Formats: sequence, structure tokens, C-alpha cells
Amino acid sequence: MAGTVYRGSEIKDVDQFLNDAAGLESEREKEIGQHIGYRYDVNLVPDYARITPFLTKYMEVMGWDDLNWLEDVHMGYEEGKPAVFDRNINGWVRIPDSIDLPDNQQDRDMIARELLIKFQMSDRHPLVSLRKAYMKF
Amino acid sequence: MASVSDAELKAMTQEERVKALGMTTEQLTGKSLYMEFDPDALERFEYPWAPVVDFNKRTEVDCDGKTTTEVNESIRALMAEGYGTIVLQNPRGMHSLGVGILSKLNLIVEGSTGYFAVGLIDGPNVRITGRVGWSCGENMMSGTVMIEKNAGSTFGAAIRGGDLVCRGSVGSRTGIDMKGGTIIVGGDTGALSGFMMQRGRMVVCGNAGKNLGDSMYDGTIYVGGEIRSCGVDAVEAELTQLDKDWLTRKLTQYGMMPEKGVDHFTKIVAGKQLWNYDNLEPNEKKLIL
Repeated sequence: MAGTVYRGSEIKDVDQFLNDAAGLESEREKEIGQHIGYRYDVNLVPDYARITPFLTKYMEVMGWDDLNWLEDVHMGYEEGKPAVFDRNINGWVRIPDSIDLPDNQQDRDMIARELLIKFQMSDRHPLVSLRKAYMKF
Repeated sequence: MASVSDAELKAMTQEERVKALGMTTEQLTGKSLYMEFDPDALERFEYPWAPVVDFNKRTEVDCDGKTTTEVNESIRALMAEGYGTIVLQNPRGMHSLGVGILSKLNLIVEGSTGYFAVGLIDGPNVRITGRVGWSCGENMMSGTVMIEKNAGSTFGAAIRGGDLVCRGSVGSRTGIDMKGGTIIVGGDTGALSGFMMQRGRMVVCGNAGKNLGDSMYDGTIYVGGEIRSCGVDAVEAELTQLDKDWLTRKLTQYGMMPEKGVDHFTKIVAGKQLWNYDNLEPNEKKLIL
């Protein structure tokens, strides 16, 4: 898997950060008390064979031939919970317990993309309130 | 938070609006994971405030005699009227054209632009038939931008998402501080490309100048030609089948697939020796730098 094998940041198991939130593997990580690396592979490019119908429709609506910015969206793991980083609120949004996680990162990433789009486009997204308060034009 | 109507908000000053919406009293600590996705959320593909535009509804704007602000305001007004394809004529190297478009749109610029063209965009598909100056697509969030000729330095500076494509060659510091997205260069790129790159992908079909990927934190750079030198902590990695498939798909999509395929591309990633730099001992720092 791309980008996961340098300097002790190897991600060996798809559930690594669910089973062990700290994920300190290498000697160096234990020494400094920090996991070296993201808790998911930021360089993993999407497998389009696993795309969902919702995402296909999103691409069509936007006039894009691929997932575009969503290629950088992955399911991550924060504090031992599956979550997705939303750049528009600069924070992690949690995956509900009612959603079963597939056994591979590619399918998990597709779920993450779908949930993030629905959330960002909804009226409950914090950007809606921020826009009301700060919009200048 | 008390319910406040839009009409009431409109009548308030910004400070009053912020207070009325409960923003100054909001608990900021522990925000991580504070929110949870709604699995039953409605299927919606655009921001709630995005204008409804139709790609088949086309119009033209002549930039001659207009200021940049006037042209950019014209684009917004036309989008509000439902125009989904807007052609800008006679841009004559204007700076900051088409910035801050936050929804879907087909924007065609017939000619060349100056600095910071189509920066801060989130959604549109842009085609510029000429050249662009410095920092084209700076801070781009999503969408596609295609430059038919060459581009200046800091092409795609701090890009966060989307595809930024230049058929020709680009200047130095391409993708400096990039935080996501894809930059594709059909020709060569200058020195210090990918400087402080944090994530995303850069594809250079031609040659790369000195100090490629210097101090890169993460992300991937693919180079089809010669690399004059790699910067600090930029190292070569194995080109996997997933990489090859992705390169093939992406380059074919933009009609930039090299005749000899993608097997010859060199993949550069972060060596990650600079990670946790502050925790390193002085001797370790010397070893890296």
C-alpha cells in the first residue's frame, strides 16, 4: 500500500486504529510517544471498481469524470473511532455505530466520501450558520 | 441557540449576528468527533446556497473595458440567472479572474490571464485557452482547471482539492504547500516543485528542476522525465499497479497520456525523516539536513 512503509508508520491492518487507538508500533514511536504518520493512508488512490451509485451521480451532476477532490477523502480513525475529516469545519465527524464497516479500506473510503458529501450539502452543516453570520457578499 | 429568522439576521450587524447564532458562547474544546453523520441524510449534491445553473445555458462576457471586480461580479450575476456555461472574452492578462466561484459552472476563458486566476474555487470546470501568470488555482478546493499553454510559478499553490492541469510547462515552486488535489503538467516544471507538499498528487510528464519535493511531509510526485535533484527528505518509492492504473486513467482523461505509457514514471514520496522534527536530537537533525 502506498505511503505506509516509511519510518515506522506502516499500517498493517485495516482495523489497526480501532483496536489500538495510539497505534505505537516502532521503537521510535514508543520513544516519542506519538504515532508517526496519519491514521490512514493519505496516498491511497481510489479503486473506481468500488464506487457507489451516489458518488457516480455526484460526478455526473458536477460534470466531472472522476471523484475529483473526493480522491483525498478517506475514512480515518480518531480516538479509536472511525471518522472522516471535514476540511470545511476543520474537524473530525464520527461514523455512526449503526453503519457496518467493510473489511477493506477502499470500501470504507467510498462510504466516507458519500457521508461527507451528504453532510456538507445538508442544512445541519456548521458552514450554514457560519455563512449566515459572516457572509460578506 | 434561540431561533432567529433570516429577516432578523439581515437587520443585525455582524457582531450581533454572531452573538445571536450562539457562536461566541460555543464550547470549542473537545470539538473533535463532536458531530456525527446522519445515515439518513437526504441525497443532495450541491451546497444549500448554490445557484441552480444549467450547463446548457451559455453566455459570453467581454472583459474589455471592465475591471476584474466587474468581470467577477458579472459571473456571479449570470450564475444567479442560471447560466451554467460562461465564456470570458478578451481577458488580456487580467489578474484574479474567476476567483471564489463556489459551485458548479463551466467557465471558458478565451485568452491569457495574469496572477491568481481561478483561485479559491470550489466546484467549477475551467478551461483557459492561453497562458496564466503566477499562482493559478491557488487554494483551489475542487473542480477542474485546464490551461492549454504554459503557466507561471507557484502553479497550484496551497491547492486543497480538484484537478489543475497545464498542457505546457510551468515555472518554479509548483504545488508549493499543496494540501490535496492533483496537479498535472504536460511539460517541465521548475525548481522546488512540491516544496512543503502535505498531501495530494503531482504528475509531471516532462522534467523536474532542482530540489523536487523539498521538505515534503506527505503526498506523491510522479515524474516522467529527468529529475535534476530531489530536495531534503524526498525519496523514490516503488510505482505500484494502483499508481499505474491511476496515472493511466488520469492522463487519458485529459488527453495527456504519453506514447510510451506510464511504466517509466518515477515516484517520489516523503522519506518522513522530518516528521516529529522537534523531537529529534541535534545530531539526528544534522544527519537529515
